[in-house]
Amino acid sequence: MDLLTIGQIINTTLVFATALIFASLGGIFSEKSGVTNLGLEGFMVFGAFAAGIGAHYAQEAGMGGTTSAWMGVLLAIVLGVLVSLIHAVASITFKADQIISGIVINFLAAGSTLYLVKLLFEGSGDSPLVQGFSKFDVPFLEDIPLLGEAFFKNVYPTTYLAILFVFLTYYIMFKTPFGLRLRSVGEHPSAADTVGVKVRRYRYVGVMISGALAAIGGAAITLTTTGTFSHNTVSGQGYIAIAAMIFGKWNPIGAFGAAVFFGFSQAIRNYVQLFEWSQSIPQEIIFMLPYLLTIVVLVAAVGRSSAPSALGEAYDPGKR
Amino acid sequence: MNNVLKWFTRDSFILPVVAIIMGLILGGVVMLIGGYNPIEAYGALFTKVFGDMYNFGEAVREMTPLIMTGLAFAFASRAGLFNIGGEGQFLVGMTAATFVGVKFTGLPIYLHVPLALIAGALFGGLWAAIAGYLKAARGVNEVISSIMLNWIGLYLANLIVRQFLLLKGENRSVDISESASISLTWLSELMGNSRVHMGTLIALVMAVLFYIYMWKTKQGYEIRAVGYNPNAAEYAGMHVNRNIVKAMFISGMLAGLGGAFQVLGVFHYQTVMSGSPGTGFDGIAVALIGLNHPFGVLLGAVLFGTLTYGSAGMSFAADVPPEIIRIVIGSIIFFIAAQGIVRWILKPFYSKRKKEKVL
Repeated sequence: MDLLTIGQIINTTLVFATALIFASLGGIFSEKSGVTNLGLEGFMVFGAFAAGIGAHYAQEAGMGGTTSAWMGVLLAIVLGVLVSLIHAVASITFKADQIISGIVINFLAAGSTLYLVKLLFEGSGDSPLVQGFSKFDVPFLEDIPLLGEAFFKNVYPTTYLAILFVFLTYYIMFKTPFGLRLRSVGEHPSAADTVGVKVRRYRYVGVMISGALAAIGGAAITLTTTGTFSHNTVSGQGYIAIAAMIFGKWNPIGAFGAAVFFGFSQAIRNYVQLFEWSQSIPQEIIFMLPYLLTIVVLVAAVGRSSAPSALGEAYDPGKR
Repeated sequence: MNNVLKWFTRDSFILPVVAIIMGLILGGVVMLIGGYNPIEAYGALFTKVFGDMYNFGEAVREMTPLIMTGLAFAFASRAGLFNIGGEGQFLVGMTAATFVGVKFTGLPIYLHVPLALIAGALFGGLWAAIAGYLKAARGVNEVISSIMLNWIGLYLANLIVRQFLLLKGENRSVDISESASISLTWLSELMGNSRVHMGTLIALVMAVLFYIYMWKTKQGYEIRAVGYNPNAAEYAGMHVNRNIVKAMFISGMLAGLGGAFQVLGVFHYQTVMSGSPGTGFDGIAVALIGLNHPFGVLLGAVLFGTLTYGSAGMSFAADVPPEIIRIVIGSIIFFIAAQGIVRWILKPFYSKRKKEKVL
């Protein structure tokens, strides 16, 4: 176990964490506004799909690798917002059960993306391989021992973007009037309504931002690790993002920490053979560790629930 | 006669039926946009399921675990719990049944089969009871804990298969003993050698037991009371926490039994899985289509099973991607969940009916 390996593990951790960071930040926007979002998985699938085909067609049109990758991200945002409207209309306007509405998104995502991929690419279950984002090295900083290997060598722009969004989300949520209003409709919608905050409008915005961010998360997977979209590109990461959000107590910084933790647990699988002591432990134990720890943390955090208090309730002005 | 008519015009009947029709139409529209002929596609789907005995038997086999995971979700829902962990409970039940089926050799069939089934149900129930206990004792949201338990269940199942049951050189368990099999050879031969099994009959019995327990017993009443209003139930002297754990346990038993059916009746072994089979999640859809009523769940499983199994025929005969069926099912749940939309569409009919009543 040398410094180089540790640096590489940190590097891989961040790559795996990137998608989770975006999606869990998305979850925060939606849930802070009072709308439960079990549809993060679905939004990520739509995003991963849009990134795959967006980047493919941009490349076909003659754009370079990085430009076409950004086009993929752009398409992911558009599709993510559009699809999030399904969740918003059902759960905010028509007061459907928000958990069920989220599950619907996951169903629709699994079906429609594969249907479209098969439709667009003559029956193939995968989108064509795209170049995606290329890894780059930050000059000078890459030479720092350990830190260079971990943070500045072979990095993707999406990772930096994700970290930037963590602080941006924190700022928006806790330092701007918009964030205050968004949180108020999630905590006490009738009080917010009384002082003139448009409850439903803020909830719509919260859900739409969550759709966009989760879709970027999905796009990050396609454009960095897999290079193509297929049925198992996302495979449950949306649910892990939900766990990261709750693990992080609906706080962007906390969610970031949790996402890194889950990313580490994914990265460690690639390196676990390197440790001598790991040979005696079945790999399944290592795989289940993050989920076990999440439960332990949830149990330990008893009595300090930090969920928005109106989470999951449709707002009914008549009940004020 | 009037009663029959009343039953068919009830909201709990009309809304799902309209939702199903709307889902099918929406799927048809998506097919049209993709350049396919929806009538041909739905026709091929129907022919696949009902065309011959073998495929019909296989479709029934497909429906069986869905009935169980659907009942599981519906049972918990009646207690006001969102058991999204059917997936994990299904896997744990599957593994327990495999373990008993492989390791307990030399038992007569009338002991081995019940033992394997009970093991599946029991461990599925215990797995769900963890989430129930965490909610009751520590206030941990069951949605989150059961999602985590799904993953832990997946790896636990793989761990047990790899450590104790592995067939040398293969990525799967040893076959279960003949004495633990619930395959029905005579019925299977009758149905073109499809893999029909005893589990289907047990599933039907479970739906009936669900109904009796929930609506005809005191315990069922308590569970429903806790589901409607835990505070009122508490005030009335019911033990809310105990009922939460109990409801989760029974819910998990149903899902676990469904997993046991797959091993004992269909595959006779268990593979090391890279991902969850998805039956638990599909059970959520089945229960939602069935409005969390046991007989609705049966119908939901028939619909879901027919659509998914038939979709293979659709892609074979009409070249339509079978994934379209996920869109159809998703829209059906969407319209059922967002009843407001269906009511809004049905508004003209409703107002007419009300006028008739006034007259």
